[in-house]
Amino acid sequence: MTSVADQISGPSLAAEAGATLLAQPAAPAIARPVAAERELRLDLFRGLALWLIFIDHLPQNLLTWLTIRNYGFSDATEIFIFISGYTASFVYGRAMRDVGFVVASARILRRVWQIYVAHVFLFTIFLAEISYVATRFENPLYSEEMGIMDFLKEPDVTIVQALLLRFRPVNMDVLPLYIVLMLGLPLILWLMRRSADLALALSVLLYAATWQFDLYLTAYPSGFWVFNPFAWQMLFVFGAWCAQGGAQRMSRILASPITLWICIAYLLFSFLVTMTWYLPQLGHFMPKRLEQWMYPISKTDLDVLRFAHFLALAAVTVRFLPRDWPGLRSPWLKPLILCGQHSLEIFCLGVFLAFAGHFLLAELSGGTGLHFVISVSGILIMSGAAWLFSWYKHSADKSGKAKATGGNADMAGGGA
Amino acid sequence: MKFVSGAILSVSVLAGFLAAVPARAEETPAASAAPAAPVPCEVPDYLLTGETALPKVAEAIKAGGPLNILVVGSRSSTIGGPANGAETAAYPGQMQAALKTELPSIQVNVSVEIQAKKTAEEVATGLAKLVETKKPTLVIWQTGTVDAMRSVDPDDFRTAVDEGVVALRDAGADTILVNPQYSPRTESMISASPYLDNMRVVAQEHEVPLFDRFALMQKWSEAGDFDLFTAVHNSELAKRVHGCLGRALSQFIMASAHPKPVQEN
Repeated sequence: MTSVADQISGPSLAAEAGATLLAQPAAPAIARPVAAERELRLDLFRGLALWLIFIDHLPQNLLTWLTIRNYGFSDATEIFIFISGYTASFVYGRAMRDVGFVVASARILRRVWQIYVAHVFLFTIFLAEISYVATRFENPLYSEEMGIMDFLKEPDVTIVQALLLRFRPVNMDVLPLYIVLMLGLPLILWLMRRSADLALALSVLLYAATWQFDLYLTAYPSGFWVFNPFAWQMLFVFGAWCAQGGAQRMSRILASPITLWICIAYLLFSFLVTMTWYLPQLGHFMPKRLEQWMYPISKTDLDVLRFAHFLALAAVTVRFLPRDWPGLRSPWLKPLILCGQHSLEIFCLGVFLAFAGHFLLAELSGGTGLHFVISVSGILIMSGAAWLFSWYKHSADKSGKAKATGGNADMAGGGA
Repeated sequence: MKFVSGAILSVSVLAGFLAAVPARAEETPAASAAPAAPVPCEVPDYLLTGETALPKVAEAIKAGGPLNILVVGSRSSTIGGPANGAETAAYPGQMQAALKTELPSIQVNVSVEIQAKKTAEEVATGLAKLVETKKPTLVIWQTGTVDAMRSVDPDDFRTAVDEGVVALRDAGADTILVNPQYSPRTESMISASPYLDNMRVVAQEHEVPLFDRFALMQKWSEAGDFDLFTAVHNSELAKRVHGCLGRALSQFIMASAHPKPVQEN
């Protein structure tokens, strides 16, 4: 689509496709030297993404200014989906190799079910909150806004639509996307077993088709999915592809100084553009031409600019943060890593805490001070819970040592 | 673009934080029944001084009137619930009263066109016709709430507001955009920010003044002027808020019609 984006995503993906197709069938792409060792960087950044998502779900406050979406095109969602694709492909790809397509698919479906149940659970909490507010809150100033409760008048429709993932309240859009992506995972992995590059190529094709033919899933009562799965799958599949050896094959490109400078230039560009959103005075420096071409930067359809921004961010990060960076063992980063290792639980907890935070702010007529306290305690609670989960898992693993651990869904970070 | 939330908002949030937690006005029924002193709902200068002017309004004032104002809005341009003199208590009526004191020699007519439960797109298509029949000098278009509640695609929303603003300009009326209310209770259910952002973008693009109702109410809430969180059925509060909004809007119109010369500070 554009020069910058192509320079980053184009060569790395496309150029290697031909070369590796030949070498592919012999060795399973997953043969990595240290396959068993945990990739702490993934946990770290997924943990970070979870924290950022939590902060972004609260109303605007001081901490919001620390989240990456204020400094570039992409945000925590990209990190989360990419790493989810990576770990899911890593774990279930191995399962597929070890125990076959059918059993591995069954495991994936079990995981999908877990995510679905988690989503429905969160929806129930949301219903409880909204019903409470609807019956207690009667301020004529807001009679219009209270119209949001109208759906309570026809629960027969709304709840069924929610179970079908078509009705989703604010901030409950990531899990449905995740569910759909995981549903597609057996197919993705099956394709990748044949040719990882083919799978990636098809995924890019679907992405292009989404933009060309405007594919989408409708939502209830109107509109469509906030995260279009047809577009976002590309990031997920790209993560999966990286886990299946793609990352290794890209290492030469990633190590090249040219890549680095292109990435830094693009990140800087994106930063400057973002600044013009907050400081309208800077808007005059933006060429009208560029504005017309660039805007709108669609989050729903994962704009190429966002995707490229994520790639650039990832490339720079991988470069300056080696896999054996000693800081990864530091106790200061431990909370982040632990959160990343239990992503589904912590994600749900984060959404719940965001609800609870809103609720507390409303009940206590909270100001900015309380707001800050709620954000920080939310993060502490998430970290504490993650620590508890891993302590429990540790103890459970110890007592159940006799059992074989092969293909445990939680191996690579709380199971995808 | 999606997250253009404006330096203004961030600055006010920051300032609010630095000033620590402000004491919140506790509202008891007794207190609100007492003859309340005029509420100190201050309007900060930065929310008033638009660089954008209202040429038609300025002209009308210069010519000695009349100043015809048409408010197009959804239900938040009224005071909902059982109507008890709500007509004049809602912000359009309050604005008219304030403008009359401000411009005693000029005839100020305000008419209100409530299009409840209509999205920006549905309203935008009818705007040209409205201007044609009512011939207002100034159209105050309050929008965004219905779209936020229905989670209309923010891009579609922006297009609709854009079209509406262009239609109003072509029809020969000045325009002021009014964004949604600050509604802390429903913040977790209605995501207002994309709509606020997009309205700001359209306003900037077409140099149309944007009356930032959201930021104002948030500021008043943080300053403790009003308890917008209250669950009590209290139309007294609604009236006071609308009174403040009406006065602020009148100030806003005056400021935008006569953009102040560069301030001395």
